[in-house]
Amino acid sequence: MADAKPKPEDLAGIEYRPRGGSWLEPAVAFRKGTFCYSAAPKNLEYLGLPNAREWQPYEQDWKLPPDWQRIILDGMKERLERYRSFRLFMDICVRCGACADKCHFYIGSGDPKNMPVLRAELIRSVYRRYFTATGRLFGRLAGARDLTEAVLKEWFYYFYQCTECRRCSVFCPFGIDTAEVTMIGRELLGLVGCNINWIVEPAANCYRTGNHLGIQPHGFKDSLDFAADELEEMTGLRIEVPINKKGAEVLFLAPSADYFGTPHYYTLLGYLLMFHEIGLDYTFSAFASEGGNFGLFTSHEMMKRLNAKVYAEAKRLGVKWILGGECGHMWRVLHQYLDTMNGPADFLEVPVSPVTGTTFENARSARAVHICEFTADLIRNGKLKLDPGRNDRWCVTFHDSCNTARAMGLFEEPRYILKSVCKRFHEMPENTIREQTFCCGSGSGLGTDENFEMRMRGGLPRASAVRYVKETSGVNLLACICAIDKATLPPLMEYWVPGVEVAGVHELVGNALVLAGEKVRSTDLRGEPISVKEGSGDA
Amino acid sequence: MNFLKALAVALGMIALAVMGSGFPVMRTFVAVVAPYAAMGLFLVGVTIRVFRWAGAAVPFRIPTTCGQQTSLPWIKPARLESPHRPIGVILRVALEVLLFRSLFRNVGAELRPGAKLTYGEEKLLWFGALAFHWSLLIIMLRHLRFFMEPVPRMVAVLERVDGFLQAGVPAWYVTDAVIFAALAYLLLRRLNDARLRYISLVADYLVLSLLLGVVSTGILMRHFWKADILAIKEFALGLVHFSPRAPEGAGAVFYAHIFLVSGLLACLPFSKLMHMAGIFLSPTRNLPNNSRMRRHLNPWNHPVRVHSYEEWEDEFRDKIKAAGLPLERP
Repeated sequence: MADAKPKPEDLAGIEYRPRGGSWLEPAVAFRKGTFCYSAAPKNLEYLGLPNAREWQPYEQDWKLPPDWQRIILDGMKERLERYRSFRLFMDICVRCGACADKCHFYIGSGDPKNMPVLRAELIRSVYRRYFTATGRLFGRLAGARDLTEAVLKEWFYYFYQCTECRRCSVFCPFGIDTAEVTMIGRELLGLVGCNINWIVEPAANCYRTGNHLGIQPHGFKDSLDFAADELEEMTGLRIEVPINKKGAEVLFLAPSADYFGTPHYYTLLGYLLMFHEIGLDYTFSAFASEGGNFGLFTSHEMMKRLNAKVYAEAKRLGVKWILGGECGHMWRVLHQYLDTMNGPADFLEVPVSPVTGTTFENARSARAVHICEFTADLIRNGKLKLDPGRNDRWCVTFHDSCNTARAMGLFEEPRYILKSVCKRFHEMPENTIREQTFCCGSGSGLGTDENFEMRMRGGLPRASAVRYVKETSGVNLLACICAIDKATLPPLMEYWVPGVEVAGVHELVGNALVLAGEKVRSTDLRGEPISVKEGSGDA
Repeated sequence: MNFLKALAVALGMIALAVMGSGFPVMRTFVAVVAPYAAMGLFLVGVTIRVFRWAGAAVPFRIPTTCGQQTSLPWIKPARLESPHRPIGVILRVALEVLLFRSLFRNVGAELRPGAKLTYGEEKLLWFGALAFHWSLLIIMLRHLRFFMEPVPRMVAVLERVDGFLQAGVPAWYVTDAVIFAALAYLLLRRLNDARLRYISLVADYLVLSLLLGVVSTGILMRHFWKADILAIKEFALGLVHFSPRAPEGAGAVFYAHIFLVSGLLACLPFSKLMHMAGIFLSPTRNLPNNSRMRRHLNPWNHPVRVHSYEEWEDEFRDKIKAAGLPLERP
């Protein structure tokens, strides 16, 4: 793989003028580096998903079931009735083109079918052909196409070249959300067994072990124990990390990458220090050991299947409410789907911070609170002693992750925290942050190595904005609150903007947090020396 | 080319109407049969389409949040861009419908050497679209004077305001000039930009061609080949009262005008023009951002197969025990 990776200068010359004839002619070349490999049969089988078989997208024969067209068309019909979003978005696009250059994959690749309007037209053309009078009557003239194998291959290529980031839907005058179209498109592909392994394997792991990485209970405990040991070394304090503790007040839910990934792990250390300092009565769950949900990238049904354990564990452990860690798509699920799919959470209580007494009114029904809401409230009420000087080696900017931005509206909380725990903070240009934030280019399960070129292309707009603040303000740290970001922004930075590192917000909280009875900390959570004199901040 | 196909249809319709205006049978067809048929198709078609949308479930509350959520009391929420109350949602949709809020956000991305991206304001599309839609609305309201006797005061006032320039006899309406310019811009934009040319279907050009035809014939009738207003008014009232008679002296341009309008009406329910109704139903705009505050109900929330804690404990029992974690059933 590594030998084939293109250099940044190879990717920088992008041709935006569409070439070739009409887009109605399906044409797709599965070029190495621009697509993801198929799901392994064992993973599909474990989840009971259809048409498990050995195949690869670049092969001629996709080994589809004989009646695959009927399966897809029936699936479309069903979804047109179940999702008003899908039905409406099939009908009302005027092709004004406002969405075109809003997509990071289009900006980074120049491929016209990556314009959100055309991505949706790939499926809309089939909708017209089989579900509208004009399409049946006028065919191509009405922009309708037959559902052929070539069209299906195009769907696979382009629906796994969309990160469901919803940026286009911010700019669409009708709010057409390509994420909805892509989600349905992927569901339909899944009906005939055309999934990618980078999504289905984590989903299968999660279904079995409770987390995407497939960490079993003893491994989970080892990892948390190891974290506690490390923290003892750094702070001189012995920190309890409760797991499956019945009767705790709070169930803490985090993406599993936090236990094993780098730089996620430093964020985990940050959480643990903070929970210790405020004396939070909480517990991890070794079964609900994953807040993330790759079901979101598979189908609504799979999302619900994986998500069920969250409330089930909260109920079994008898906690009062749920606190969720730093993760983007996990929070799309917790915020917009959890209560509807798996609720009502009437066995839980309305969340109240045990430290400040603040009632989280915005989580009154779902009873799940974002860690940034929780921490911002602590800081605002003066419950944390902070020494921002310990983060002096960082000049920080903040990357809004797509889901917490456009499917939640969590903008001020992380910024408030960052400005409290470090001294130098600079925003990226306004067209690249908040609701207009750009995706890391690897979200929605596309962060696999074989998809490297496309990820670097899709991440270009984000990287370009980071480079701008690096050059103008000396930014050297990209803070974020998303596990996929933490996994995929480091290679993106290395590729386009070397010299910028990536960290979770709570890593910086953990650094700045002055713990009662701690020894003088000589290193930060990364084990790097703290260069500044202790206590030089406003602590 | 897609544009030429669409243009041919529009021109063909004009030719048919113009030539037909010399024959009584064709006059009846163009001025009586076609408008009623078109109106029938329009009403039935739009109703069916809207009911079909309304009949589709809204399983999840999925607003696109374009501003700060309502969370902690000291953080200022974006009441319009991320509303959590119905009033905020109503205002948000109203802003979209009346002022094209989202289109106003439009920026153009440009790639500079060295893989640098810059973003520039791009308000022209918003301005052109807004100019077109508002002009169209005002023009349609002005047309009420043909269909109502006496002419409502509001319509008369609207006419006076629209014609305030008092240029020419009869006075040019501002909206006539604006809508023509806006449509020309929208068409040229589609033809001129390689990206838009690539995504444009015949239907996109057809709608623009028909609209340009309607506007042009309207302007021609008022200022150049002046039509017999009284005859047209009599005819229009006849249409409303279901006693239509095709006017004899109304002129060929009038026939082209009404035929194109009928064409537009008839194809509207089958076309993207349904966005005029769809915008009100868009789930990313017309739902509040309060899914954690109030539970949203999914009408088809089917049960799914899940992996229970008990199954999990059974599979990993030894490892859970070895790790010293508590078991439900030791």
